[in-house]
Amino acid sequence: MLAFMGDILSNGPLYESTFRLAAVLAFAAVGEWVAERAGTINISVEAMLLGGHFGAAIAYTESTNFALAIAVGAIVGMLVASLQGYLSHYLSADQFGIGLTLNILLLGVAAFLQPKFDLSTKLANVVEIPLLSDIPKIGPALFAQRWPMYLIYVLIPMIWWLVMRTSWGLEIRAVGEDPQAADVSGINVNARRRQAILIAGLTSGIGGAVYLFGQVGRFESSNIGGKGIIALAAVIFGGWTLRGAVAGCLLFGYVDALRLNLPNILGYSLNSQLLASLPFLATIIVMLIFAKHTRQPRALAQPFIRGLK
Amino acid sequence: MTTSKGVLARLKLTRDQVELLGLYVLCVVLALAISALLIEFNGSSWTRAVEAIFDGAFQSKGRWGETLRRMAPLLIVAVGSIVATRAGIVNIGQEGQLLVGTTGAAFVLTKIQPGNPAMLIVGLIVGAIVGAVWAGIAGWLYYWRKIPIVLSTLLLVYLSSQIASYTLTRRQLLLNVVPGEPNRLLLSDVTAPKSRLGIIEIFGNKFPLSVPIALIIAVVAAWVLTRTVWGFRLKMLGMNPRTARRAGVSETRYGMAAILVSGAAAGLAGSMMLAGGESQYKFSSGFASNAGWDGLLVALVARNNPIAAIPVALVFAGLRSASTFLSVAGIEGVLVDVVRALLVVALFIPPAISELRRKRRALANLTERT
Repeated sequence: MLAFMGDILSNGPLYESTFRLAAVLAFAAVGEWVAERAGTINISVEAMLLGGHFGAAIAYTESTNFALAIAVGAIVGMLVASLQGYLSHYLSADQFGIGLTLNILLLGVAAFLQPKFDLSTKLANVVEIPLLSDIPKIGPALFAQRWPMYLIYVLIPMIWWLVMRTSWGLEIRAVGEDPQAADVSGINVNARRRQAILIAGLTSGIGGAVYLFGQVGRFESSNIGGKGIIALAAVIFGGWTLRGAVAGCLLFGYVDALRLNLPNILGYSLNSQLLASLPFLATIIVMLIFAKHTRQPRALAQPFIRGLK
Repeated sequence: MTTSKGVLARLKLTRDQVELLGLYVLCVVLALAISALLIEFNGSSWTRAVEAIFDGAFQSKGRWGETLRRMAPLLIVAVGSIVATRAGIVNIGQEGQLLVGTTGAAFVLTKIQPGNPAMLIVGLIVGAIVGAVWAGIAGWLYYWRKIPIVLSTLLLVYLSSQIASYTLTRRQLLLNVVPGEPNRLLLSDVTAPKSRLGIIEIFGNKFPLSVPIALIIAVVAAWVLTRTVWGFRLKMLGMNPRTARRAGVSETRYGMAAILVSGAAAGLAGSMMLAGGESQYKFSSGFASNAGWDGLLVALVARNNPIAAIPVALVFAGLRSASTFLSVAGIEGVLVDVVRALLVVALFIPPAISELRRKRRALANLTERT
């Protein structure tokens, strides 16, 4: 048992894939965190991730330019987000219904359009950051990755600053805590919520693109398969703090990496159904143990229509 | 102007209702137009697609029986989720509850006392109970640890498909090994012939007993929700939990009951699909084939009204039974999913717009008066 634990702790590839898988979750989770602070829950992060994933695949096939492809991924993510935003925070249609429908719609659209394009994508180059990548164990995991992955280092502080240090961010949080009061003080509640969802679309779209160029290399419509939902879980696990959400992503990323690496470490294969359900099972168990004394944004998941409580 | 008002008065329609009706027509036409464009873009003709849908859904021989057969599970799932939504609970894991419930029912129907017709009842009950327990996990997580039900039910969907495929890899559970054939398709044995739902035949249209049962469930649910104390308490809990608590409605008890009912409905729906002849009475891991998601969407589109869910479920079922005809007409199955999703979005929009306008008007009246 001790040797087994040692194996797990000293396994380099495990750290590397933990980081890669956690980063993808983090892109989505960071954006969804903003949206949830504004009082919305978007199951459609799954669709936003898939949209980014697919948009980037098409854009790269046409242009063979990674940066452009990632930008296109972000735009597609925002398109999905604007659908979610307008339908549920302008027209006040049920946000879960819309989210679910968007997930189905995007899966259908991707599967429908995929054969129309002759998709050819590849992984981006590995860029090692000098000095930092020489740190034993975690160095290569954090600082010798394919370059799109590094976007997450820029994104997290940016989003934090945006939400915690700008007046826009203050309004976002106000809208999530007490929309009536925010409305009275002159904030356009639903507009702020739509903007927050757009941020979620932006980061998730980038996340989907980065997942394509940093981890899988080839588009499959089943690639995302529940990652958005786990990102959603990470936000809730983190008690609606950015720190907590990122920690949640690392934890869930670790479980996902364990799923991929466990057969190598153990030297024999486990039951495939058990392995496939590991991320979801672990998410539930972890939430069961840790997620208790967290305070959610007070108006979370409550639609706002002016003049009516 | 006066004549149009006169007509409205005679039809007893308010301005809101007319507006809503117009919006529905407009949105559905728009969604269909987009779908038609997609089909044309795909290189097939949309008129043929329309023909295929009508043929597949009810025109060809025996097809409306098929549509009715497919309607039953959607309606039952929808009724269950309506009960949950009444109590303010967002259960969106019906797909998983249906699959796990059916796994339980499949075990009873294929393995236990095959000659005993009473096993049909036992199987359906087991299916409902397993579905309820699966949904109950989410409820328990919520009331014990405050984990949002939206999230836990979704996570459980992913788990449920793994559970179903696990049972199909073990011969002592559900796997049926056909000697002499490569065992690629993981299928269960056929359910025992004596424990199948009866088939009703009208003018060459065959449909199982699950259809009348589903209709009865919808009517009973409508009655329970609007005419009983229990239904009133659920509604109170959903509309204002604080008031409900002060009026002595236990949030845990009624909320949990609502979740269990919705899970049981999903489990029962799946079990009846199996006992009613879905995929030749054989269970597989893809057995649910989106019936749970569709049922949930039916509930949402029907604005949580069990009676309104009946025609909506019929439309969705029609699309489902038309999809084989569409693929014969050279239109990919994926496209049907896209069309359905577009249609759902189109059906979401009108009530939302109409409600928004109504509330705005109410607000304008209010400010005028003060």
